[in-house]
Amino acid sequence: MGTVTEIVIDLAATGVRTLNAALHEAADGESFQVLHPQGAHNVAVGITREVSVEVDGHVGYFAAGMHQRGDVTINGNAGPGVAENMMSGRVHVTGDVSQSAGATAVGGLLVVDGSTGARCGIALRGADIVVGGDVGHVTGFMAQAGRIVICGDAGDALGDSIYEARIYVRGSVASLGADCIEKPMRPEHLTELAELLAAAGRTESPDEFRRYGSARKLYHFDHDNEY
Amino acid sequence: MSENPALRASATFDRATIAEIQRAAETGIYRIRGWGAKRPLPHFDDLLFLGASMSRYPLEGYRERCDTDVKLGGRHGAVPVHLEIPITIAGMSFGALSANAKEALGRGATIAGTSTTTGDGGMTPEEREHSERLVYQYLPSRYGMNPDDLRRADAIEIVLGQGAKPGGGGLLLGQKISERVAAMRTLPQGIDQRSPSRHPDWTGPDDLTIKIAELREVTDGRIPIFVKIGASRPYYDTSLAVKAGADVVVLDGMQGGTAATQDVFIENVGIPTLAAIPQAVEALQELGVHREVQLVVSGGIRTGADVAKALALGADAVSIGTAALIALGDNSPALADEYAKLGSAPGYYDDFQAGLDPAGITTQDPELTARLDPVEGGRRVANYLRVLAMEAQTIARACGKSHVLNLEPEDLVALTLESAAMARVPLAGTSWIPGA
Ligand SMILES: Cc1cc2nc3c(=O)[nH]c(=O)nc-3n(C[C@H](O)[C@H](O)[C@H](O)COP(=O)(O)O)c2cc1C
Repeated sequence: MGTVTEIVIDLAATGVRTLNAALHEAADGESFQVLHPQGAHNVAVGITREVSVEVDGHVGYFAAGMHQRGDVTINGNAGPGVAENMMSGRVHVTGDVSQSAGATAVGGLLVVDGSTGARCGIALRGADIVVGGDVGHVTGFMAQAGRIVICGDAGDALGDSIYEARIYVRGSVASLGADCIEKPMRPEHLTELAELLAAAGRTESPDEFRRYGSARKLYHFDHDNEY
Repeated sequence: MSENPALRASATFDRATIAEIQRAAETGIYRIRGWGAKRPLPHFDDLLFLGASMSRYPLEGYRERCDTDVKLGGRHGAVPVHLEIPITIAGMSFGALSANAKEALGRGATIAGTSTTTGDGGMTPEEREHSERLVYQYLPSRYGMNPDDLRRADAIEIVLGQGAKPGGGGLLLGQKISERVAAMRTLPQGIDQRSPSRHPDWTGPDDLTIKIAELREVTDGRIPIFVKIGASRPYYDTSLAVKAGADVVVLDGMQGGTAATQDVFIENVGIPTLAAIPQAVEALQELGVHREVQLVVSGGIRTGADVAKALALGADAVSIGTAALIALGDNSPALADEYAKLGSAPGYYDDFQAGLDPAGITTQDPELTARLDPVEGGRRVANYLRVLAMEAQTIARACGKSHVLNLEPEDLVALTLESAAMARVPLAGTSWIPGA
């Protein structure tokens, strides 16, 4: 790839359209540094190139939305829907994030060092999410596939109407949502959790976690269903 | 019907109502079905065109030009979807429909010079390949949602709701969750799937503004963004969609079809198409964007007269679902014996949820789907679309219009008080618009 030159984009001067257009046309291997995001929405969305993006500051909605390749690091907090519908690659937020983090994400890894608001990993479709802190209510709502690792505590209605995703929680769970139950930690779960924690650069031990998933009682319409 | 005239049926407890109570008592589960509202509702049949007279003169049928083309979605600089006829194929999911049916709709729309639309469950390669103009739905479920498909689309349609079920999510019962459908939706095969009714990462008009901006960013602003609403509060929903940056508003009235919804929902939630259009048009006019933000109307469009009436009330195009399926062969009299085996009959079949469709349209069963030839199906859909367009032109020429979009409310009168009040056109023979 030759020498890595870092392209600096000052959002205070250019705006997100210029940034995203540059990212969409970037060459594989390029690095970008994004300055002064000042809570802008849609920062670094729709990346399809193998680029490395570092954002210095807080971002608004949908940062790194629909991310497909490369990595995005946000040195700050992120608003709702960070890394929504991510397909692969890696998104890392060093601060806290708002609701719907990693919504419907299909692949790749979302790492949040801080805590998340409600509905983290809603409708997750195969991606992995590792949260260093706590998560808000209805995390993992209708999550279809993928894994959510919560190193802190989980809010109410964890895993409500969950399908085949797996949730690991180290701290307390305020309450479980409809059709979500605790499940035994088998060796393969300890192994995958160790891998996820390592990938996210965490030092917690897998055996401090509990696993949650679907009781699969809502999979079919049934007159005994309460929901 | 009983032959005995002494037996009197109850208007309140009619036969269908009695049968439903019996069915509910038997099963303990609400009825889920396809199709749209079946109850009588004020509709386009309650409107008439005045035609030319002394004060305005008609165009010659067959000879004088009466254009039908329309461009959708150019307002914010995207490449608009250019339709040769103002009649599009509505979003119907692969899952609800077979892959052959989707392909046939794409072929038919392409021959007729119009667009077709994906649905809950994502884009299939077959439909992309056979649809010259393909609108990609962005739904609450996001099943199969993929940014590559977004970029492959000719427009994006953010779905907030459907006329058959404003406020409700989709249903796809286990019989139809085949291996391919399950894989596309990342769901276990054979489950009864309930799609969410809310988008996972935004709520409300302010968020929608940001979501539209995101979709534009991801696609570099190349393709238009439509917003589809189920008719309930169309004045407000249209205003808010425009404010949020929609290029096109798609408005689906309560007669609109569905693949599977609770019967109670279909028949009792939402407002009729006729009542919805003037409210949406009023919102567009007040914002000064009527004809600039296009309005696509659906829900019970069957004939060229319906098309012409929707346009005259202010729509820029219409969209069809149920009628397109009928054109493909749904409810065909030729299938009477097979419908009978399913406890139904031609003209009544609405069990789209069951996956047993003998016409091979609303099913994933390989043997049944093989019955539908996508080439022949496409030809039938194209024929039907052409008839709709020619019928609309016939009416437009009679009203002296050189483009079907020149039809206007002034060309219309209503047959009933209800339709006059809803459509905001005078009762025939009077100048009275109730409520105006
Ligand atoms: C079989 C079937 C499947 C449908 N699937 C969807 C869908 O996936 N997404 C959507 O927005 N609307 C869906 N609809 C509704 C149509 O897009 C459209 O709003 C409606 O059919 C229009 O009314 P009409 O059937 O009276 O023409 C579906 C309708 C039918 C009949």
